[in-house]
Amino acid sequence: MKKQKKIAYSLILLAVTFVLLFFLEGNKSEYGMAYTVIQKGIILAVVAVSMNLVTGFTGLFSLGQAGFMAIGAYITALFLIPVDNIEGVFYIEPISPTILSMKKAIEAGPAWLQPLIPYIALILGGLAAALCAGLIGIPVLRLKSDYLAIATLGFSEIMRAVISSPQMNRITNGSYGLKKIQGFDSIIQTFCIAAFCIALMILLIRSSYGRAFKAIREDEIAAEAMGINLFRHKELSFIVGSFFSAVSGGMLAMFMRSIDSKTFSISLTYDILLIVVIGGIGSVTGSVIAALLVTMSKEWWLRFFDQPLSIGGVEIPLFRTGFRMVIFSILLMIVVLFYQRGLMGKNEFSWVGLSKACKKLKNKLVKTSKKGGNAHAE
Amino acid sequence: MPNKILEVKDITMQFGGVVAVDNLSLHVNKGEIVSLIGPNGAGKTTAFNVITGVYQPTNGQVLFKETPILSSYPKGEMKKAYLGQNNGKYTQIIKKTPDMITKLGMARTFQNIRLFKELTVFENVLIAKHMRCKANFLSATLCLNYKEERQMRKETMDLLEILGLSDVKDEMAYSLPYGQQRHLEIARALATKPELLLLDEPAAGMNPQETDELTAFIFDIRKKFNLSVFMIEHHMDLVMEISDRIYVLDFGKLIANGNPEDIQNDPKVIEAYLGGADDDGE
Repeated sequence: MKKQKKIAYSLILLAVTFVLLFFLEGNKSEYGMAYTVIQKGIILAVVAVSMNLVTGFTGLFSLGQAGFMAIGAYITALFLIPVDNIEGVFYIEPISPTILSMKKAIEAGPAWLQPLIPYIALILGGLAAALCAGLIGIPVLRLKSDYLAIATLGFSEIMRAVISSPQMNRITNGSYGLKKIQGFDSIIQTFCIAAFCIALMILLIRSSYGRAFKAIREDEIAAEAMGINLFRHKELSFIVGSFFSAVSGGMLAMFMRSIDSKTFSISLTYDILLIVVIGGIGSVTGSVIAALLVTMSKEWWLRFFDQPLSIGGVEIPLFRTGFRMVIFSILLMIVVLFYQRGLMGKNEFSWVGLSKACKKLKNKLVKTSKKGGNAHAE
Repeated sequence: MPNKILEVKDITMQFGGVVAVDNLSLHVNKGEIVSLIGPNGAGKTTAFNVITGVYQPTNGQVLFKETPILSSYPKGEMKKAYLGQNNGKYTQIIKKTPDMITKLGMARTFQNIRLFKELTVFENVLIAKHMRCKANFLSATLCLNYKEERQMRKETMDLLEILGLSDVKDEMAYSLPYGQQRHLEIARALATKPELLLLDEPAAGMNPQETDELTAFIFDIRKKFNLSVFMIEHHMDLVMEISDRIYVLDFGKLIANGNPEDIQNDPKVIEAYLGGADDDGE
């Protein structure tokens, strides 16, 4: 396929995406469900790609995502609760005076600063998580496979416990959580931040460092013999992955408007792991597609199964709240059975690949219809 | 006096109560092809792993280009358990990791091929260029080092062309035939621009024709890249044809060294290989 054609197709896809997003933004109230679900899917895509960077591209099986997301979410939230609402949020114990005075100073700052605050908050949250990742990476990254997973899982749980402890009441509001967080201006803003983050990660993966990560995934001993410093590169991947996890955690806080420590329990990490596995370990586009598909089917398309259903006056007993999760689990099993390496495997989306897949499908259809025709003739 | 590129001094490697390599001393001069042979389990690969920094030796010293890269003496629990010789001769601890040693100019291949299987041939070789990448990860992410990147790609392409791998450059490494996988592993090692190449059984599993090709290939790369080669090998035809000097290892101990004719006629070597019986010598 020609390069110009590919670029044209990509531009069309981008344009369609933007038209769709503007349409959703314009008809928020009518398409409330789609709006919310797509926004959540976009946010989860960022963290899924960041987990894929660590797990799929560097081969470090890390389950600490929820912990890093929590760091990002709480820091972002603290920045984005308006000063007027602070008292209402911290109703058990007042917020620490240092933070309050800092917030007041920021709010009294120049006008041009105000629209930038969400971005600054997201970046600061990311940097804090990156610092944490750097520190715990020093002992933890010496471990391999399952042991690393358990150690990072432990970190994530510690993070959650620390946040909800009463000693942290004056900063994180303990187990009461933070509320009244300023949200996104529009879904387009969400999309742009997410696209920017994912683009950065793709660029990293395609750089010389990304190749070194892949080498470590394929064979650590050979990678070391090729002059790649294992620890430095593992640490780098872990830090970058945590940074973007935390950014997406901050975005999640902005999306949900209120967070507490339970939001960042282990099950969040598992949801992300699910997305990564379904999309394909080692495929960025796979993670993005899976993030959208999984979120949409979980929260939106399968809602139908939660409603009571009666056919011809007979009430079908299974259709009640929670049944969609059963269907969802069955769907997952089917996907995993038929796509053992995830929807995309290690491949990335490309127009050439798509056209090949279309041709294959067409051939298959033609063949089966011919077979059917022959059978009729006989 | 020829220049020693690699010098191994009194290396002992002890695992628990097992002495895998016992007081091994050898050297490789610049431009030489030196072989290390010995029956199975003689400690050849262990010796290689010590030289390349995978294991820290229990005692002894390794010098590369006349500077020590590894040095050790028995310490801790090993102090009492040490069964080797020359205890107390070395008092320095120097430990360079394998990646540092590769950066100094010593590259190796592996006995059981260790390619990056799910990457292309081109990427396999390109990865070896990463260690000379000067850009930090931020500028690499933002493509600010595009000149360097282009240079890396060009060098890789040139190398693949010289080594005759350019027509398979987009194939996955695992899909190559066995002989080509061996070639690729050597190509990858050469991409690190080594001065000394360590080959761990490069002809393992090859048929006679492939072995002949490999012999020519090794001569060829030595000339083109100005290399010294140190290798472990079992194929006696290859060893005798290619080596300037040979070291023979048995039960971790050096039992003979010299040029190919001397080794072929050395009674100790024949006994080690054949256990005293008559056979064809392999």
